[in-house]
Amino acid sequence: MAIGWYLVVSALIFCIGAGGVLTRRNPLVVLLCLELMLNGANLALVAFARMHGGEDGQIFALIVMVVAACEVTVGLGLIVAIYRRQLPIDVDQLHELNG
Amino acid sequence: MSPTTFGWLILLCPLVGIVVIGLGHRRLVGRSAGWIATLAIGLSFAFSVAALVALLGRSPEHRQVTSTLWNYAASVGLDAKLSILVDPLSIFMALVVSGVSTLIHLYSVAYLWEDRGFVRYFAYMNYFVFSMLLLVMAGNFLLLIIGWAFVGAASYMLISFWYRRTTATRAGLKAFVINVVGDVGLVLGTFFIFKHTGTVDFLRTFHAVPHVFAHNSTDLVAGCLLLLVGAFAKSAQVPLHTWLPDAMEGPTPVSALIHAATMVTAGVYLIARMHPLFEQAPTAADVGAIGGGLTLIIAATIAIVQTDLKRVIAYSTMSQIGYMIMGVSAGAYSAGLFHLMTHAFFKALLFMAAGSLIGAMAGVQSLDRMGGFRKAMPFTFACFVVGGLALSGLPPFSGWLSKDDIIGFLDHRGHGFVILGIAGYAGALLTGVYTFRMIFRAFFGEPVAEARELEHGHLAHAEVPRNPLTGEEEDTDVGFPGPGHFIAEREWPMKVAMGTLAVLALVGGALQIPGIDDAVTKFLDPTFADSRLARSQLPTSPAWVGLIIGAVIALVGIAIAYALWVRSPATPVTLRERLRPVHTFLSNKWYFDELIDLVVVRPALLIGRFAESVLDRIVVGGTITGGTVGAVRAGSAAVRRWQTGFLRYYAAAIVVGTFGVSLYFLISST
Amino acid sequence: MSAVLFFIAAIGAITGAIGVVALRNPFYSVLALVCHLIALAALFLLLRAEFVAAAQVVVYAGAVMVLYVFVVAYVGGGDEELAGGSGLRILGPLFALALAIELCIAMLGSALKGISSHGAPYVLGFGTPKHIGTLFLTKYLFPFELASLLLMVAAIGAIVLARRRRGLEYDAEEKSDLAIRTRRPSYTGTMAEAAGVRHAVEAVEQEPDVEIAGTPAGTGRGSGSGDGGGGGQGGW
Repeated sequence: MAIGWYLVVSALIFCIGAGGVLTRRNPLVVLLCLELMLNGANLALVAFARMHGGEDGQIFALIVMVVAACEVTVGLGLIVAIYRRQLPIDVDQLHELNG
Repeated sequence: MSPTTFGWLILLCPLVGIVVIGLGHRRLVGRSAGWIATLAIGLSFAFSVAALVALLGRSPEHRQVTSTLWNYAASVGLDAKLSILVDPLSIFMALVVSGVSTLIHLYSVAYLWEDRGFVRYFAYMNYFVFSMLLLVMAGNFLLLIIGWAFVGAASYMLISFWYRRTTATRAGLKAFVINVVGDVGLVLGTFFIFKHTGTVDFLRTFHAVPHVFAHNSTDLVAGCLLLLVGAFAKSAQVPLHTWLPDAMEGPTPVSALIHAATMVTAGVYLIARMHPLFEQAPTAADVGAIGGGLTLIIAATIAIVQTDLKRVIAYSTMSQIGYMIMGVSAGAYSAGLFHLMTHAFFKALLFMAAGSLIGAMAGVQSLDRMGGFRKAMPFTFACFVVGGLALSGLPPFSGWLSKDDIIGFLDHRGHGFVILGIAGYAGALLTGVYTFRMIFRAFFGEPVAEARELEHGHLAHAEVPRNPLTGEEEDTDVGFPGPGHFIAEREWPMKVAMGTLAVLALVGGALQIPGIDDAVTKFLDPTFADSRLARSQLPTSPAWVGLIIGAVIALVGIAIAYALWVRSPATPVTLRERLRPVHTFLSNKWYFDELIDLVVVRPALLIGRFAESVLDRIVVGGTITGGTVGAVRAGSAAVRRWQTGFLRYYAAAIVVGTFGVSLYFLISST
Repeated sequence: MSAVLFFIAAIGAITGAIGVVALRNPFYSVLALVCHLIALAALFLLLRAEFVAAAQVVVYAGAVMVLYVFVVAYVGGGDEELAGGSGLRILGPLFALALAIELCIAMLGSALKGISSHGAPYVLGFGTPKHIGTLFLTKYLFPFELASLLLMVAAIGAIVLARRRRGLEYDAEEKSDLAIRTRRPSYTGTMAEAAGVRHAVEAVEQEPDVEIAGTPAGTGRGSGSGDGGGGGQGGW
């Protein structure tokens, strides 16, 4: 398949993830949608690596996976901490960092 | 050693004195601060004598030497250097200043003992002497202005020395403000002159003046008039004279030093030094002479009705300086400076004697409460008489020769100056009257209680210390005069100082006897070599005629005083009743204070109030500051509304932003 | 053959993505993401990125998703309404759609030659662990080390964020004990008061809690004795 197909799929996955981030209220699901976006980017990177013939894109994708893992760790830690304080698990109601 | 080395040493000694006393003020026990200060000034005097000898060792053409330590700023046409000019005039002034200062320091060691501010006093006094020496030894306008300003500061610090006394602090402020007016005049005058000559160095300026300025050119006249403003403010001439009587709030030695012998003579020195400028702008010189003449008369008339002992002497100072200013403005340089020297002697002597008398009166200064001290204080009485005779101008005292030297020169110059000469004689008559009025009232007549106590050997003490002017109660802690009262008969430093000055007042005139030896004129000749007026010296016989007239007038004045205050003491009282309006006018000091208040102080207050209520509060505070604050606050409130705290809105903003950026790149790449 | 595989994997990935976004129950969303990740791994294999595909399955689907499952189980989270009440309910999908269309236009309308190709000439060993490892340890050593550091930092951060403070009674008293009471001078205020968010509270003059253990409060109050600052405020 031409590389362009992979890129279109990557774009679709990215935008579906973006829509999810904007729409969902449960922070867990927001993080999941964030994962979707990262995966979309990964796909694009690997596609371009194949296009150019060098593995640099794949290295990049692996690093992105590392970063995603870290971010998930910290994010889930936050959510656990929020849950422990008996606050609602809802991004619309966690808005004290304002002004 | 060269004269300039001595010049620097002259300046160094009081500076070292200040540092030692200032830094070690906690550790100096007893009177050591006083002795250190006296020693410093004494050394300075010794170096002045050495500089004199060194200068005399040179031929007269080489007697104007400058020495530069370093450059402050030698750029863009300004040659500001730290340089002194050692020439006959500056050494003359340095001798007078350091000599009289040494004696006054010696006097103060005894007079201010038991005052809590003893050490502070000597630090200030050394600082003053340093500034005055800097002023007279300055080799360019820059150092002159620096010395001028320092002297004003020292005067302020010393007038308000007893700083818890409200009258003293007010007087200090008044003196300082008027002095600053003079400073402004001085600086502006310097600028007017610098604008054309392009140099601030004295010798270079004086050489350039005939080439750069036309005779009586406007800029030069303006510059010289501004210099006169400075001179008048410093020397307390009308109309900038109102600070001098109030300055008597300071301790008596301060009055002796600053307001009799040295600082107030700075104006005379200035005019003498700037004589090439003044001779090229005769208009300004005439203004100076007229100012001096007016002050002479006005001050003498006020002195006749004063009841405070020190204020009589203060107005006398004002009057005598009027003579000097008149003299140097008209071209009688050596005469005016000679009178400066002799005046320093007898005026300081009079102030010291007054201090002794005030000590005997336990702080009271009013002539109304004094009387009959002749038997109780013989030494003080003798000093008063010597000083008074010198001041009135009786032969063979020094004041006779110097004062009549000036008047003689004025008569010799002719034209309008004769009027000034006649004014001088009138002033001399009044001088005799008021001086001996003071002496007769204080020492003749029925002895008052303090005098009788003193005759029995007991010095009077006031139970409650009081302000001599207002009578309000004080204490003797820091900031007020100490509890001790000292008189010359009991304190040897005071006796030595007064005795030396009395001798000098008696024989000092020998330096300039017309026809016999004109030592002062000859010595000062190199400085005034380029002067047209100084060349025309008075021939000997007219000079002697003038001297004899002066002596006669002085005798007449003393006789009037004797008749009024010794023979028939009731007459002055009836005279006062008959001439009540005149008396009121004179005792209110010709209403100068009220005039200045009306013309200067009230408008300034109005402007200040307007500035505060309108400009500061409304314009700056409300509009400029408040407006800026309001704008920033509104801006940040507007921005703050975007920080809602909702995560999804932030994410939406990012998505929209990404969309926008990629759209831009998309479009720009086609 | 590869085209068929491509379409199956692509459709699986997109379906999984839509499932993540659309399913109400967060647990079902997690499962949908797992499907998506496996489909994506297939796509990676098609692109000859063997190692990345394996890492995707093992790390992402294996470890990260398991972590997610744990947290969802702990936190719970039942069904929720879809973005109730805010404008983003409609605008969100719209923005995403706009972005998608734009990206597609960018790609399909662009003159990038390589997109319409099938890729560069095939190199033996492309995408194998051997090649990836070589690259990691030579050309990309620095990012490799940084990534490990980042992982460590994240792990510590997560522990710090979610730890218990003081046993099981922690939740009840935690708020009051953590606040350090200090004496605040009466003429100062807090940032909240300055911004106008809170009204100025009367400054409570509190005795500071800082005490030197064992010193009675009165010793410091004497004047002139050699004892200096015993007790919080004594004896100036």
